[in-house]
Amino acid sequence: MSDEPIPEPRWRIRLRRTLRHGGFMAGAVILALAVLLAVFAPLLAPHDPYAQDLSRRLLPPAWDAAGGWVHPLGTDHLGRDYLSRLILGSRVSLAVGFAATLIAGVVGSTLGLLGGYFGGRVDAVVMYVIATRLSLPGILTALALLSVVKGSLTAVIAVLGFLLWDRFALVVRSATQQVRSQDYVAAAVAVGSTQARILRRDVLPNIMSPLIVVVTLEMAAAILAEASLSFLGLGVPPPTASWGLLVSEGRSFMFFKPYLIVLPGTLIIVLVIAINMLGDGLRDLASPIDSGEP
Amino acid sequence: MLRVVMSRLIVAVLVAVTVAVVGFSLLRLSGDLAAELAGEGATPAEIESARVKHGLDRPLPVQFARWSIDLASGDLGRSLFSGEPVADMIRTRLPVTLKLAVYALLVSIGLGIPLGMIAAMHPRSWIDRLSLVTAVLGQAVPSFWLALVLIVVFGVMLRWTPISGSDTAAHFILPTVTLAASSLPGLMRLTRSGMLDALATDYVRTARAKGLAERTLVAVHALPNALLPVLALAAVQLGTLLGGSVIVESVFALDGIGLLAYRSILRGDFPVVQSLLIFVALAYTALTLLADIANAIIDPRIRLG
Repeated sequence: MSDEPIPEPRWRIRLRRTLRHGGFMAGAVILALAVLLAVFAPLLAPHDPYAQDLSRRLLPPAWDAAGGWVHPLGTDHLGRDYLSRLILGSRVSLAVGFAATLIAGVVGSTLGLLGGYFGGRVDAVVMYVIATRLSLPGILTALALLSVVKGSLTAVIAVLGFLLWDRFALVVRSATQQVRSQDYVAAAVAVGSTQARILRRDVLPNIMSPLIVVVTLEMAAAILAEASLSFLGLGVPPPTASWGLLVSEGRSFMFFKPYLIVLPGTLIIVLVIAINMLGDGLRDLASPIDSGEP
Repeated sequence: MLRVVMSRLIVAVLVAVTVAVVGFSLLRLSGDLAAELAGEGATPAEIESARVKHGLDRPLPVQFARWSIDLASGDLGRSLFSGEPVADMIRTRLPVTLKLAVYALLVSIGLGIPLGMIAAMHPRSWIDRLSLVTAVLGQAVPSFWLALVLIVVFGVMLRWTPISGSDTAAHFILPTVTLAASSLPGLMRLTRSGMLDALATDYVRTARAKGLAERTLVAVHALPNALLPVLALAAVQLGTLLGGSVIVESVFALDGIGLLAYRSILRGDFPVVQSLLIFVALAYTALTLLADIANAIIDPRIRLG
C-alpha cells in the first residue's frame, strides 16, 4: 500500500477546468438563457406579440412618466406589445443560427473532408468551389436570391446555409490534411479499413475541436446576416418578429424613442458576443489537459 | 513561382466563368424576361415579339454565348425600369463606392496595424485588452445598427456630421466609420498574431542578442514578415468592402453601386442586379489574384520554392 493519492479522474479535471473558464461559462449561460427564452417565448410574453390595437400605438415604456406596467416596454407603431415582440424575436435568431449553421456545417465539412483527405484532383475541385463561393459577395447574393424565392424563415435558413459554408470547408480541409499524415490513419489503411470508415472513425473525431470553434463563428455570422437581411426587408417577413425587423420598424421613431432600436440591437450584440465567447472558451478547453494548470 | 501564379490564374479564370454562369441563371430564373422587357400590360403577341427581338426564343446555350460576348465587350444590357444601359449606371456610381471602400480600408489599416503591433509588443497591457475588446465588438455589432446609432448620436444629437447623401467629403465620415468597424478587427488581430509569431522567431532572438535596438528590431526584422499576410488580407477586404457596402450605402442613402444593387433588387430590375453581382465577384477575384501574385513575388519562400 502506497501513500500516493489516487489521481483525479480525467473527466473531473476537465469539468473543473470548464467551470473555471469565465468566458466559456458566461457565453454558455447567456446562450442557454436565450434558448430558454426562445423555447418558452409564448409563456413568457405578457401579450400576444401579433395582436394589433391601433388605439394603443407607440405607448411609452414603464420608465417614462406616462408609461405603465401593462406594457413594460410600451407598444410599437401598430399597438403591439414591444416586450412580447422582443421575446419572440429570439426564436428567429436562434432558429436561423442553429439551422443555417447545420446546413453550412454539413456542406462545408463534406467538401473540406474530401479535399483534405483525397488531395490531388479532388482537392483542386474543392478549392475551385470554395474560390467561387468566396468571390460571390455574401449579403448581395443573399438579397438577390431571397428576392427571387421571396423571403420566409425557411428561405433565409436555406440561403444562409448555402452561403456560409466556406470557413467550414477551409478549416476542415487543413485539419484533415494534418490528421491524414498521422500514423493511426496509415495503420487504419494497413488493416484494410474502407475509406468511408477511416473518414468516419479516424479523421472526423480528430478534427472536432477546430470544427466546433467554426460552428460558433458561423452561428454568430448567421445570426448577424439574418438580422441584416430582415432589416433590409428581404429576410423574415412581417408580422414575424425578428430583431433585425424590429430595428427596421423602429427606425422611423428612433429620434424620439431610441430604445426601439437600442434594445433589439443590444440583444443581437449580446447573443453574438456570448456565442463568440463560447467558441473562444471551447478552443482554450480543447487544448491538452496536461499542459498548463491541472 | 510561375507554377503557383499559373495555378492561381487558372482557378481565377474558372471562377470568373462560373460566376458568369451563375449570374446568367439568376436572370433567367427571376421570371419571364420577355414579359418584363415588353413592359407592363403587354399583350401576349407583344411579349412574343419581344422574345424574338431579344433572342430569348433561342436555345439557352446560344443565349448564353451571345450574352457572354456582349458581357466581354462591356455591354451589360439595359435596366428594365429606366432603359438606361447598365454599364453607364454602374460607371456613374462606382466612384462613390470606391471612395467609401478605400476610405474604410485606409482607416482600418491606419488604426489596425499600429494597434495590432503595440498589442503584440505589450501582451496583456491595457492596449492589448482594448484591441481585444474592439475586435470582439467589431465582430458582434451589426453594421446597419451601428449606422443608425451613429446617425442618432453624431448626426442628430451632436449635429457634427450630415446623415444622408454623398455630396461632400463630410457625408462620407459616418459611412466610413461604419464600414471600417467591420474590417478593422480582422486586420488588427492578424497584425497582432503575425507580430507575436515574428517576435518569437530565431532571427529576432539573434538580432536581440547582438544588442539591436528594439525599434530597429521591430521595423527591420519583425514587421515586414508580420505584414505580408496583413496586406494580402487588406486586398481581399477591399473586394469584400465593395460588396459589403450594400447595407451602409442604403442606410446613409449614399448613391454608390451598393444602393443601386439594393434598389434594383427591391424593384426586380434583374439585369442590373446580375451585372453588379458579376462585377463585384470579378473585382474580388482579381484582387485576391493580385494579392496572391504579390505575395509570391515578395515572399522568398514562395518565390524560390
